[in-house]
Amino acid sequence: MRIINRFLCVVLGLTVALSGCSQKANQDEILIGAYLSLTGTTAAFGTSSSNGIQMAVDEVNVAGGVLGKKIHLITEDTQSKPEEAALVATKLITRDKVVALLGEIASSRSLAAAPIAQEHKIPMVTPGSTNPEVTKKGDYIFRVCFIDPFQGEVMARFAYESLGARRVVIIKDVKNDYSIGLAQFFTETFTKLGGQVVGEQAYSEGDADFLAQLTAIKGLNPEIVVVPGYYQESALMVKQARGLNMTMPFLGGDGWDASEILEVGGAAMNGTYFTNHYAADDTSAIVQDFVRTYKARFDNKIPDAMAVLGYDAARILFDAISRAGSDDPTKIRDALATTKDFPGVSGTTTIDAQRNARKAIVIVKIQDGQIRFHAKVDPL
Amino acid sequence: MQVFSRHSRVVFLFSAVALAFIISLFESNFNAYYYQIIIYIGINVILASSLNLVNGFTGQFSLGHAGFMAVGAYTASVITSQLGATPGLMGSFIFLLALLSGGLVASFFGLLVGIPSLRLKGDYLAIVTLGFGEIIRVIIQNLDFLGGARGFTGIAKLSNFFWVFAVVAILLYLLSNLIRSTYGKGFLAVRDDEVAAEAMGINATRYKVTAFVAAAFFAGIAGGLYAHFVTYINPSQFSFVKSIEIVVMVIIGGMGHTVGVFISAVLLTVLPEALRPIAEYRMVIYSLALVVIMIARPQGLFGDGEFFRKLWRTITGKAKVSESKT
Amino acid sequence: MSEFIQQVINGVSLGSIYALIALGYTMVYGILRFINFAHSDIFMIGAYVAFFAAPTILDLTGGNLFIAGPLSMLLAMALCSALGVTIEKLAYKPLRGRPTIVVLITAIGVSFFLEYGGQLVFGPDPKPFPDLIPKANVIDAGGVVVSSTPLVVIGTAIGLMLLLRWVVMNTKTGTAMRALSFNLQAARLMGININKVVSFTFILGSSLAAAAAVLYASVYPSINPLMGVFPGLKAFIAAVVGGIGNLVGAALGGLIIGVTETFVTGYISATYRDAIAFGILIIILLFRPAGLLGKFESERV
Repeated sequence: MRIINRFLCVVLGLTVALSGCSQKANQDEILIGAYLSLTGTTAAFGTSSSNGIQMAVDEVNVAGGVLGKKIHLITEDTQSKPEEAALVATKLITRDKVVALLGEIASSRSLAAAPIAQEHKIPMVTPGSTNPEVTKKGDYIFRVCFIDPFQGEVMARFAYESLGARRVVIIKDVKNDYSIGLAQFFTETFTKLGGQVVGEQAYSEGDADFLAQLTAIKGLNPEIVVVPGYYQESALMVKQARGLNMTMPFLGGDGWDASEILEVGGAAMNGTYFTNHYAADDTSAIVQDFVRTYKARFDNKIPDAMAVLGYDAARILFDAISRAGSDDPTKIRDALATTKDFPGVSGTTTIDAQRNARKAIVIVKIQDGQIRFHAKVDPL
Repeated sequence: MQVFSRHSRVVFLFSAVALAFIISLFESNFNAYYYQIIIYIGINVILASSLNLVNGFTGQFSLGHAGFMAVGAYTASVITSQLGATPGLMGSFIFLLALLSGGLVASFFGLLVGIPSLRLKGDYLAIVTLGFGEIIRVIIQNLDFLGGARGFTGIAKLSNFFWVFAVVAILLYLLSNLIRSTYGKGFLAVRDDEVAAEAMGINATRYKVTAFVAAAFFAGIAGGLYAHFVTYINPSQFSFVKSIEIVVMVIIGGMGHTVGVFISAVLLTVLPEALRPIAEYRMVIYSLALVVIMIARPQGLFGDGEFFRKLWRTITGKAKVSESKT
Repeated sequence: MSEFIQQVINGVSLGSIYALIALGYTMVYGILRFINFAHSDIFMIGAYVAFFAAPTILDLTGGNLFIAGPLSMLLAMALCSALGVTIEKLAYKPLRGRPTIVVLITAIGVSFFLEYGGQLVFGPDPKPFPDLIPKANVIDAGGVVVSSTPLVVIGTAIGLMLLLRWVVMNTKTGTAMRALSFNLQAARLMGININKVVSFTFILGSSLAAAAAVLYASVYPSINPLMGVFPGLKAFIAAVVGGIGNLVGAALGGLIIGVTETFVTGYISATYRDAIAFGILIIILLFRPAGLLGKFESERV
C-alpha cells in the first residue's frame, strides 16, 4: 500500500514537472498543426489533403513565408478514428502549441476535435468536412467547402431532373455522420420534387461484403442507387452490384473522390456519377496550373478534391494570418471570418456568417476508367 | 505481511483520496496533453486491476472486459445527459450517481454473462466472453438513441484527477483487503486447483461469478470515468481489441499480483504515447515483446512479486524468514 | 423467390470460405488444444501472396485465368504452409505443455505481429485484388442471375475439403493426426513423431486458409492487413459450433454461419452482421457445448 502512495507522489511530481515543459516556438516560425487520416479506412483523404497542404506550405515558405516568418507544419495521423482525432488535436494544441489547426476531412473526426479547438480558442479550418454540425461547434471553427444540405439538394435535383429518375434506393454508411446527413438531405429534396425513395439499406465503414444488401434491393428495381459514402466501400459495392447484373447508374457524394475508387472498382465504375468540389479536367488556368504542379511533385498522380481542398484551406489560412498582421490565434480567427473572394483552385471562396463557404458543386461522371467533368451547379 | 496492518491501510486510503483531491484543485495548471495521459493511466489501472480479479485471482480467462466498460460508459453518459449535469457541486452528485449506476448496470451484465459462461473452461470461456463483448458492442451500435455507430457526443467533462484516482485508491484498498481475507483465499484456491477446491467444499462457481460481477462493476465505473473525460464515445472504442489490451496488462504484470498489474497498466499507457514518433513500429515491437515475454517469462514481468520483496528487504534491511505467495 | 435463391447462393459461397478457414482451427485445436489466433493472419498473408504474384503469373500465362488462378492459389498455399510451420516451430513449440492462457496470449501476440507488421510492410490501406476468376453469368433464368464467382468458390472449397478428407483418412500422417487428436500421450507412446505430425497439421491448415483467402479476395476484391480478423473469428466460431476437433463439423459450422449471416444481413439489417456468429456461438455453448457433432470431454483430475 505504501508503494502505491509513493507512486502517487511520483505521479504528482512528474505532472508538476511536466506542466512546465512546453515547446517554445522558434520566434521566426509560425506553428501550424494538421490532423489528418494518413492511415485507416479513409487514408486517401488524409494523404491527399496532406499533400495539398504541404504544397501550399512549401510554396509560401519559398516566397518568404507569412509576415516574414516561415510556416512550420506539424502533421499528426488520426488513423481514421474520431477518438484518435481528439487525442492528436489536444496534443497539437497543448503540447506543440500550434496557433491554428487544419483538418479533418471526415466530418465525424472534425466533430470530435472541434470542441477541443474551440475550448482552447485555436482556429480550426476543415478543408473537406461537409456535415453542417461541424461549424456549429463554435466560432473558432471554419470550413472552406460547401455543406451537405446543398450537396444533398444538388444530388437530388441531378437524379430527378438530369437523370430522370423517380424511384431510387439509398445505401448509407451508418457509421458516419456525413453519410447519414447526406442521405437525409438527399431524401428531403428528392421527395419534395416528387420522387420516391423505395428502399434504404445500411452498411458500416470497413465492410467489404455488400452482396446481401444489393440482392435485397435488386428486386425493388430502382432506377438509381444512391451511395452517399466513402470511396472504398462504394467501389466494392458498385463492383459487386455489377456482378449481380445490376446495371443502373450509381450516384455518390464527394466522399467518392479518391483514385482508389477507380483502382478498386475498375470497369464497374463506368456509368456512375458523383458530386465533388472540383474536376481535374476543368480547363480553367488555375486548376490546370495546380494539376500540373501537383503531378510533377507527387509522382504523376492526378490530384483529387481533398488535395485541392487541403491546398486551398492552407492558403486561405495563410492569407488570414497575413491580413491579421499577427500570429495571435484570436486575430487569425477574426481574419478568417472576413475572408472574401479568395481565389481558390476549388473555386472563389467567401466565408459566410456561419463560417461556411458558399461554393459551386461540380458533378463528375466516371467513363472509360476516368473521372470526367459533367456539370457545374452554382450556389443559390 | 504484518507491516501493512488494516489500520495503516485505511489511513493510506484516506490520505490517497485526499491527495487526489488536492491535486485536482490545481489541474488547470497542468499541461493538458500530459494530464490526459495521467488520466488514461488511472482508467487503465482500474480496468486492469478489476480484470485481475477474474484472470488473476480466480484463474478464469475473460476476453470481453471492454463490453462492461462500454455498458458503464453509456449508462453513465445517458444519466448525466438526461439530468443535465455540469461541473459543480450538483454536477458532482449527479456524476457520482451516474458512475455508480454505470457500475451497477455493468455488474448486472456481468451476472448475465458470468452465470452461463463460467461453466466453461479455458479457451471456450475466452471465446464466449469475447463473443459477449462483441454482442454488447453491436447492440449499442444499433441503438439509435445512444447515437448508434456514430457515437454519443456532448458528454459533460466531469472526470478529473480526483475522481479517477479516488476510484483507483478505493479499488486497490479493496483488493488488498480481499487478498488477506478468507474469501480471497477462496479465490486463489479456485485458481490453483478448481477440482480440489470443490472437494474442499468451496462452491467454485459462486466464487467465479462473484469475481466476474465485481470486475464488471469496476469496469463499468472505469467506462463512466472514461466517457466523461473524452466527452465522445462510440462503440468501436470498446471492441475486443481493447479487451485484449487490458488482458495483456494483466498478463504482463503477472496474473493475480496487484502491484505488478498496476505498474504494467502505467507502462502500457505511457509507452504508446512515448513511442508515438515511431508509431508504425510501435505495435510490431509490442507484439514481438508479448511473444518473447510469454516464452521467456510467462509469469509476467513482475511475476510473483519477488522483485518488490527483494526491493523492500533491501530498503528496510530486514531479512524475511518465510516466503509466502500472495 | 429469385432474391431468396440469390441469397442462398451468396450464403453458401461465404460459408464455404468460412469452412475452409475453420478446418485449420479445428485441426490445430483437436491435436494441440489451443486456438491458433494467428490462423486468421495466415489467411491474410495468403491474399497478399496472391496479390503480389498475380500480375507476374498473369503475364507468364498470357492472361489465361484458368491457369493463372489456380497457380496463384497454389503459390499462396505453399508459402502460407511454410509460414505456418515456421510460426509453430518458433512460437508454439517452446510452449507445449504450458498453461492455456500463456499459449493463447502468445498466439495473440503472433497475430498482432502479423497484422501490424503487415501494415508496416504492405501499407495499411486497402488494395484492390485482381480478377482471377473468369466472369460469366452461368445461369440467367427467371430473374435469378448466378455468376461464375460463387460457383467457383463453392466448387473449389468442396474439392479441397474432399482432398483433405482423403489425406486424413488414407495417408499414414493423416491417420497419425487422428490418433493424436484422440489421445496425445498414447500416440506418443506408440512411437508417433509428434513434431512431424504437428507440422503436417499446420501445413494442411495453412494451405486451406490461403486457398480461402484467394477465394475470399475474389468475391470481395479488397485486401488489407486486418482483413483476417473477422472472418477468422467467425470461422473459429464455426469450428466450435460444428464440434471442435471434428472436420465435418467445421464444414457444417462454416455453412451455418455463412448462410445465417447472409440472411440476417439481407432480410433484417446489415448492422447486426458481426453479432450473428457470436449469437449462434452463445446459443450452442449454452445448449450443446460440445458442438453439433462433437463429444463432450470432462476434465480429468
